[in-house]
Amino acid sequence: MAEEQSPTEASSKTVTLRIAKSNPEHDSASQFAEFKVPYERWTTVLDAILDVKKHMDHSVAVRYSCRQASCGSCGMKINGRPGLACFTKISELNSDVVTVEPMNNYPIVRDLVVDLEGMFSTHKKMKPFIINEESEVTANTKEFLQTPEQVEEYIQFSNCIKCGLCNSACPTMATDSSFLGPQALTQAYRYVADNRDKGKNERLKIIDESHGIWRCHFAGSCSQVCPKGVDPAMGIQMLRGYLLGFKK
Amino acid sequence: MRESIIMKIHYGTALGAVVLVAVHVLFRITMMSYGDSLQYENVIANYKFVPYAIMLELILVLLSVHGFNGLRVILIELKQGRSYEKAVTYGCLAAMAILIAYGSRTILMTSMGMT
Repeated sequence: MAEEQSPTEASSKTVTLRIAKSNPEHDSASQFAEFKVPYERWTTVLDAILDVKKHMDHSVAVRYSCRQASCGSCGMKINGRPGLACFTKISELNSDVVTVEPMNNYPIVRDLVVDLEGMFSTHKKMKPFIINEESEVTANTKEFLQTPEQVEEYIQFSNCIKCGLCNSACPTMATDSSFLGPQALTQAYRYVADNRDKGKNERLKIIDESHGIWRCHFAGSCSQVCPKGVDPAMGIQMLRGYLLGFKK
Repeated sequence: MRESIIMKIHYGTALGAVVLVAVHVLFRITMMSYGDSLQYENVIANYKFVPYAIMLELILVLLSVHGFNGLRVILIELKQGRSYEKAVTYGCLAAMAILIAYGSRTILMTSMGMT
């Protein structure tokens, strides 16, 4: 039987991968475990972590699924900056040491895995669906036709994969645990800006509270870290336009 | 009160204060030299000129409302909790009212010559 080999074992280049290890069930302290990992030009941070998990330390906890920046499962802090591990190549980090840590502003489950329940619950609070009585499927169901301009109003905001990186980068979320966060606010805008939707007033009421949209300081870090090119900071400012009466 | 109404007041008071403080500073540097404008008699004369006293009162109200709402926002971002947030809101309202009352008393007494 052939000996199982790491896919990157033949590489001459190596990187030191520092993985934050913690288990809040036993101890809240986090420790870094260091591993020398070979890599190629195309090796992603997730590849390197899985390499470690397979050949060096089976206990490393990491959440992943699609490996192509579609599912939003592998969000983590990579060299201090929130990013998707499957979407970040080691060769592009220009560093001999790559440090991976769990995302900020979420409770840690173990090692690199965080609990995203809070984000999903605020996401649901925004009623992330088209509210329109006519959208119910009936015998006379008709299509809602939209012009390209109407689609342009919201389409980039519908690219959100709920990876939670924007909430992790948000400075307000770091201090205000009740803040709705850029992910939820962006989703509110996605539906408010959709001309098929009739739930604008409901959503504006939900976000117009003391820990809602007004707590955004417009740092813009959410937009910088989004791997799908969504601009939550802009969505939040556009939503404010509705509340301040600049937009109808 | 809805947060959007509070924030409209917050932005409005900021804009109003910037305009009125600019007028106030221009008065200080255009009527006479800045040093002279701060002489005791000249300061008292400002208060006795009713339109100017009204402007000072407006600046007091605008800055107090804006400042204490800003403080409320900072405090509720630092810590959360129903009773804490209630205490912060009412505490800031009370502090704002006290500051406006004390400042208005000063403006009123000075403009009436009770110095």
